[in-house]
Amino acid sequence: MKEPMEPKGTERNEGTGVARGRSAADPVVALRGAHAALGSRPVLRGIDLTVGRGEVVALLGANGSGKSTTVRAAVGQVPLTGGALELFGTPLRRFRAWRRLGYVPQRSTAAAGVPATVREVVSSGRLARRGLRPLGRADRDAVTRALAAVGMAERARDSVGALSGGQHQRVLIARALAGEPELLIMDEPLAGVDLASQRVLADALCAQVAEGVSVLLVLHELGPLARLIDRTVVLRDGRVERVEHPERLHDPACHPHDSAAPDEAPAAPRIGTGFPA
Amino acid sequence: MTELLDYAFMQRALLAALLVGVAAPAVGIYLVQRHQAIMGDGIGHIALTGVALGFLLSTNAVWTAVLVAAAGAVAIELVRWYGKARGDIALAMLFYGGMAGGVMIINLAPGGSTGDLLTAMFGSITTVSPADVTAIVILSCAVLAVCLGLRRQLFAVCQDEEFARVTGLPVRLLNLLLAVTAAVTVTVAMRVVGLLLVSALMVIPVAAAQQVTRGFAVTLGLSVALGVLVALSGTAVSFYADVPPGATIVLLAIAAFAVLAAFTPAAARRRARLAARREPSGMLEGEVARGG
Repeated sequence: MKEPMEPKGTERNEGTGVARGRSAADPVVALRGAHAALGSRPVLRGIDLTVGRGEVVALLGANGSGKSTTVRAAVGQVPLTGGALELFGTPLRRFRAWRRLGYVPQRSTAAAGVPATVREVVSSGRLARRGLRPLGRADRDAVTRALAAVGMAERARDSVGALSGGQHQRVLIARALAGEPELLIMDEPLAGVDLASQRVLADALCAQVAEGVSVLLVLHELGPLARLIDRTVVLRDGRVERVEHPERLHDPACHPHDSAAPDEAPAAPRIGTGFPA
Repeated sequence: MTELLDYAFMQRALLAALLVGVAAPAVGIYLVQRHQAIMGDGIGHIALTGVALGFLLSTNAVWTAVLVAAAGAVAIELVRWYGKARGDIALAMLFYGGMAGGVMIINLAPGGSTGDLLTAMFGSITTVSPADVTAIVILSCAVLAVCLGLRRQLFAVCQDEEFARVTGLPVRLLNLLLAVTAAVTVTVAMRVVGLLLVSALMVIPVAAAQQVTRGFAVTLGLSVALGVLVALSGTAVSFYADVPPGATIVLLAIAAFAVLAAFTPAAARRRARLAARREPSGMLEGEVARGG
């Protein structure tokens, strides 16, 4: 573990409004000029994307624009053919602190061949911290908290195969939360999710963001998550088409540190884009 | 009933059956979990080359079969990583190559003929030697150490490989370990049920158990219990009724599957009732708590 283990949210508590504690200078994810191909087809053609500490960034764009490939590249699951990826300031090649990252892959409709309970699936999220060692009481407590955070505590002993799409998605998010990550990376967390589950997920994420967790997620539309989002990055044909700040939708309740500087000029840009000017 | 314990060869047979009954489903559950139920069968084909090599070199066939099967399992795993579209054809060639290699090598051995492979293909539990028992005990302990000791890690890898990689688990190492463990299990089970039927004991107890279970740990426990039950009772039945043990064990496993399948609708109805009773409170959490 070469990376300094900084307690979650330290920066938030100290950031008294100055650059709001989430400067682009200290990104948790930094893709620079990222190129990637699936098979022989180039999918990413020079993506620049950074997520600052405590920032919530949504990737938008049409189908095939490279959203999913971008987040899969950001977790090292799609090899870059050009450009660079840094996680928490460490180049991917040397990055080992996977426990700081919680990943929610796109929900697959293909079920595993053997039943598993909700709790068993969520417990896998602790392996980032435990590795090959057995799980202990602290791990069980973290799993219980993660299940409660997404409102699935009552279903802990049910088979994941018996859940609706929205409930299944909540389980996958709980699995990522179980590792108590500092950064959440989510691929289409709202796809096929009913409205009730969308609201539960929005509240759960709001609580995480309030604690200082950074988020990078792929969305089709902002929906109930709009109030959380600091910045949207719209992709098109494997390139960044534009960056937007849905500021009016922003909910200060999820970003308590923002209200630390209430007298700031309203016209000032609230959030660094993370892009070179 | 204790009559069969009077014979040393039956004591060895029952010990071997017990160990295989535990080990085969304990590995098989991970293969079933990632839809590779047939992999044990392929490894069994490849192991034939190892059996023939043992015959050719006049050494204990269990050890040569372990080596060749493990190499074959690693090759299967490599095909899975790199093979992509043509993977199934590569696997088919590996399986049939293993079988043809076995037949070829056994016929090259002095005094060897294809018939010598039959005991390996269909099992001959009553001819398990003390040396075989030693090998079987050592190998099954190794198998169980991997399958139970690393069950959370193997579960995570077989449930969602991409997620497991992002948690920093050594996924490739775990996959190779599982492949080699499956190969070892196939060879251990070779004397008991035979290479052609070994996959049945890895898959059917798991398939039977999961009809009435909701979780992985419970499925693992129940399938091991079923594996032990059919392996021991099959061996005993074959002693008294003078029928082939391997086939008896597999048919008993299928019977266990059918019995549990018959109970499943009742169990499912009961579960649905329980779920219906729980649902209102589940909705409370999702809906009312939000003033919805």
